[in-house]
Amino acid sequence: MSLRMFLGTRKGLVVYAQTPGGWRLESVHHVGNPVSYAVEDPRNGTWWAALDHGHWGQKLQRSRDQGQSWEEVKAPAYPEDAERGDGKPATLEYIWLIAPGPASQPGRLYLGTNPGGLFVSDDGGDTFTLCRGLWDHPSRTQWTGGGKDTPGIHSLVIHPADPDHLMVGVSCGGVFESRDGGLSWAPKTKGLLATFLPDPEAEIGHDPHLIVACPTRPEVLWQQNHCGVFRSVNGGERWAEVSAGPPRFGFAVAVDEVNPDRAWLVPAVSDERRNAASGGLSVSTTEDGGVTWRELRDGLPQEGCFDLVYRHSLDKRGPTLAFASTTGNLYVSEDFGERWALLSHTLAPVYSLRFGA
Amino acid sequence: MPKVELTNHLKRFFPTLGPQTLPASTVAELVRALDGRFPGIMGYLVDERGSLRKHVNIFIDGEMVVDRVSLGDALDERSEVFIAQALSGG
Repeated sequence: MSLRMFLGTRKGLVVYAQTPGGWRLESVHHVGNPVSYAVEDPRNGTWWAALDHGHWGQKLQRSRDQGQSWEEVKAPAYPEDAERGDGKPATLEYIWLIAPGPASQPGRLYLGTNPGGLFVSDDGGDTFTLCRGLWDHPSRTQWTGGGKDTPGIHSLVIHPADPDHLMVGVSCGGVFESRDGGLSWAPKTKGLLATFLPDPEAEIGHDPHLIVACPTRPEVLWQQNHCGVFRSVNGGERWAEVSAGPPRFGFAVAVDEVNPDRAWLVPAVSDERRNAASGGLSVSTTEDGGVTWRELRDGLPQEGCFDLVYRHSLDKRGPTLAFASTTGNLYVSEDFGERWALLSHTLAPVYSLRFGA
Repeated sequence: MPKVELTNHLKRFFPTLGPQTLPASTVAELVRALDGRFPGIMGYLVDERGSLRKHVNIFIDGEMVVDRVSLGDALDERSEVFIAQALSGG
């Protein structure tokens, strides 16, 4: 099966296609506009792009013909009574995540936004409603911005066997789980550390950079957190730190589709410096649930690297992995990360990279 | 009726956009009337609360509007309105 790669970049949506001769640049869309996130809906092939116009606000674009034409969908709006944690009126500041729903809910689509919003659509994205259950969670006044002025939602895990079982990551707020389709939510942060808080083991205020689940073993969750790499084998009831060596700070994490013990990270040197570890680019992988880590460097430059890989800019599909950086470099591996090839060193800063069909 | 001109940058999204004459006695009314002719353009100028976006400026006869929150600045029959984007880098 050939794949596509959807890259949300500062200068547009860039689509690469896998061909018998290798990966090729296929098309570019929304040229000149920052694309904060782009994804293909695997249920119907619709392409989605969130545009972050500096002047004109956040826009949502949809293409049902593989990018030949696009239509602007009305961007989600916060309700009139919605206030940010600081008491100011809540308005849409950023679309950080577009998450197609499960096959059993063909019209369902989720958006993760700043400030602190999870929006839900049940009509294929024509209209969105704020998930009040999460918005009204009493802890929300304790959420803070992390890198942005306001808290945002960037991760959503939908349990493959139960569409009402949801988990979100909030930066900075923590991990929250719902078992009733979003009506009620509970924090799931036991075992996490937030060393930037007065109480590192506080229930609220964590910065989970990205949360992913093993699709075939959904009780196993991986989390690249601001304060380390964490794993849970019981659906987030308890997290255990699995940082060891270079894998500590970073944003992205990918987990194998079948083996819940196998994961990949792109470590950065530290929270304070935020560049590639040792000036060289590496991917870290484990096959034993994070007990031991191996650095993969074959094909990656080993000096003068200032690449940072954002949370949505590493993805995996079978043996194929790809990541892209804030310095516009795009690397792909066809053998689980053992060897890497440069696909482009001239992209704009990359905000997201997602595989599609 | 007030006249309005808009930055050419908006032609990227509304290709037929040009100078307009619109019935309006406030800036808010003018933006709503503009949206009637160019559906969706309001969302480019104001947020979902109707407040002027941070990096958008509106001038009435060369003077920047005062009320950026509810766009209550008054217009008269001879007002000339200019809608601009703030300049930024990158």
